[in-house]
Amino acid sequence: MAKAKTNTEDYMRMYRQMVRIRTFEDNANQLYLSAKMPGLTHMYSGEEAVAVGICEALTDDDRITSTHRGHGHCVAKGANFKEMFCELLGKEEGYCRGKGGSMHIADQSHGNLGANAIVGGSMGIATGAALRAKLQKKDDVTVCFFGDGATAQGLLYEVMNMAALWKLPVIYACENNGYSEYTKTEEIAAGSITARAEAFGIEAHQVDGQDVLAVNALTQKLVARARKGEGPFFIELMTYRYHGHHVGDINREYYRTKDEEKDWKDNRDPIIRFRAYLVDQGIASEEEIEAMNAEIKEDASAAVEYALAAKYPDVSEVDMHVYTDIKHACA
Amino acid sequence: MREITLSQAVNEALAEEMRRDETVFIIGEDVAEAGTPFKVLAGLVDEFGTERVIDTPIAEPGFMGLAVGAAMTGARPVVDLMFGDFLFLIMDQLCNQAAKTHYMSGGKLTVPLVLRTNLGATRRSAAQHSQSLHALVAHIPGLKVAMPSSAYEAKGLMKTAIRDNNPVVIFEDKLMYQEKAPVPEEEFLIPFGEANVKRDGTDITLIGTSSMVQVCEKAAEILAKEGISAEVVDPRTIVPLDEATLLASARKTSRVIVVDEGHQSYGVTAEIASRINEKAFYHLDAPVLRMGALDVPVPFSPALEDITVPTPEGVAEKARMLVAGEMIHAA
Repeated sequence: MAKAKTNTEDYMRMYRQMVRIRTFEDNANQLYLSAKMPGLTHMYSGEEAVAVGICEALTDDDRITSTHRGHGHCVAKGANFKEMFCELLGKEEGYCRGKGGSMHIADQSHGNLGANAIVGGSMGIATGAALRAKLQKKDDVTVCFFGDGATAQGLLYEVMNMAALWKLPVIYACENNGYSEYTKTEEIAAGSITARAEAFGIEAHQVDGQDVLAVNALTQKLVARARKGEGPFFIELMTYRYHGHHVGDINREYYRTKDEEKDWKDNRDPIIRFRAYLVDQGIASEEEIEAMNAEIKEDASAAVEYALAAKYPDVSEVDMHVYTDIKHACA
Repeated sequence: MREITLSQAVNEALAEEMRRDETVFIIGEDVAEAGTPFKVLAGLVDEFGTERVIDTPIAEPGFMGLAVGAAMTGARPVVDLMFGDFLFLIMDQLCNQAAKTHYMSGGKLTVPLVLRTNLGATRRSAAQHSQSLHALVAHIPGLKVAMPSSAYEAKGLMKTAIRDNNPVVIFEDKLMYQEKAPVPEEEFLIPFGEANVKRDGTDITLIGTSSMVQVCEKAAEILAKEGISAEVVDPRTIVPLDEATLLASARKTSRVIVVDEGHQSYGVTAEIASRINEKAFYHLDAPVLRMGALDVPVPFSPALEDITVPTPEGVAEKARMLVAGEMIHAA
């Protein structure tokens, strides 16, 4: 494993955040399977080292834009379970008062400008946040998360062109989990993904997205450089999606084998790998780790219970927040 | 009072607001040294520099997306979309992102941006540079839509738009850029949602938007010579719509024609006529008529193009028939 932070607290927080994401997703999946959650959701399980490695290199002033597979980004950027589960269940106390749901969670108090249900839809937003930082002479950095599937969208190339022309403090983080919905990435992406960024003169890196320390070390360096006006940057993070495209995508052998899934889970799981590293390096004992896992599990269960019992927004809210200055848009 | 062109009025409004608020910036194609093809922005770059009057590549979805992100994080972009016809290129960023962000975030995020664009046929520019597409965006909750009908409105509405915390789309009539109108030297704003009764009348109400306000005024002059007293009302913003003023006029005169340069079917004329039918039916002596652009792509040939847009003579003819009590179809 690549060495990045040497601070035990930082390591333990990274581990905790990865487990929090996995635990959140396990609970969200159960809510779906038990028909307690309206609609569908897209699991981040398997990709935890990407969100955590990157977001641990950011401050609350730094922004991110997220995707339809966004719970991991949201947790990694500092969100609470309670408000997140409330949002997934459409409750008033959710981050968006139940108006956004899984695919639109935003948490601007931690710089999360929101998940986006249009594939590639937030690339302009992220780049615009970076443009604002440059115009207002602020040193915050924006990370734009998107998947390999989104590299097929034209918007990416329009905004990378402008980001490169104007040296904007934005980092394009392409989470390559091998699948564009139900299709292998190799069937939708011609040539090299990093070479596309390089064509604009953007420095591009490929990194093992299952190695949280490698992701974090690279991101720290790039964030520091972006703050100094050396951006933009592009990172392709090689990772894997444990679940289907969404929770309802159960029978998926027509596009990938169970053996392949098992191999990634058994041999490249980011949490198992990092846990072994922490024990091996004497940073934490098995007992300490088990205790932390149990505590997180308990937190999540409590948050789920809370959210299930929480109230829905009053029906009078349906036409609120359409405009900032018109209380009820349909009155 | 001094008279200035609509183009100068827009330029003044932008300059005043940019002096007042340093977070306001302009972004679009050829907005800086070129000052746009219509020269509306001429000279602004000299005062505010290329950091606040930003020339972009020809990439409408890209720069629209940047504006959304900049607006979400503390800037007030004014986007210059060279032709209204290019709206189709930016629909995702405008309608899925900008319009919905405040609502989807439960009121936490705001998108204070202005999209300046234009409308209007009879400039011999054919089907892709002549459309009046304001009904498309007026259909999307979360957007406000302003339609200035002279230099005076262009200035007052633009200043209000820039200070509004919602995404606002302003459609300028590109044939009116060089037309002069009295505009006060001292500062003024025109609030949204306040229609302007341009001419008092008692026999019939002519509701016109943007370019069609003048058409209605000329029709009213023709009718006056024949002893028919027409009231002319300009809604000025179609979202929000000053329904009260429109209904009051309809109840007073008992006959209404709605004139707008968008296509007639499923358009602004249909919406306004429908509201009057619903809310002033028992005050009406005749069906409310719609007059929009002909439901065809705008043709190039002057012989064809001129018959696609309502004219003063055409409006006067319909008004005459309504006042005479002739049952007519609105075709």
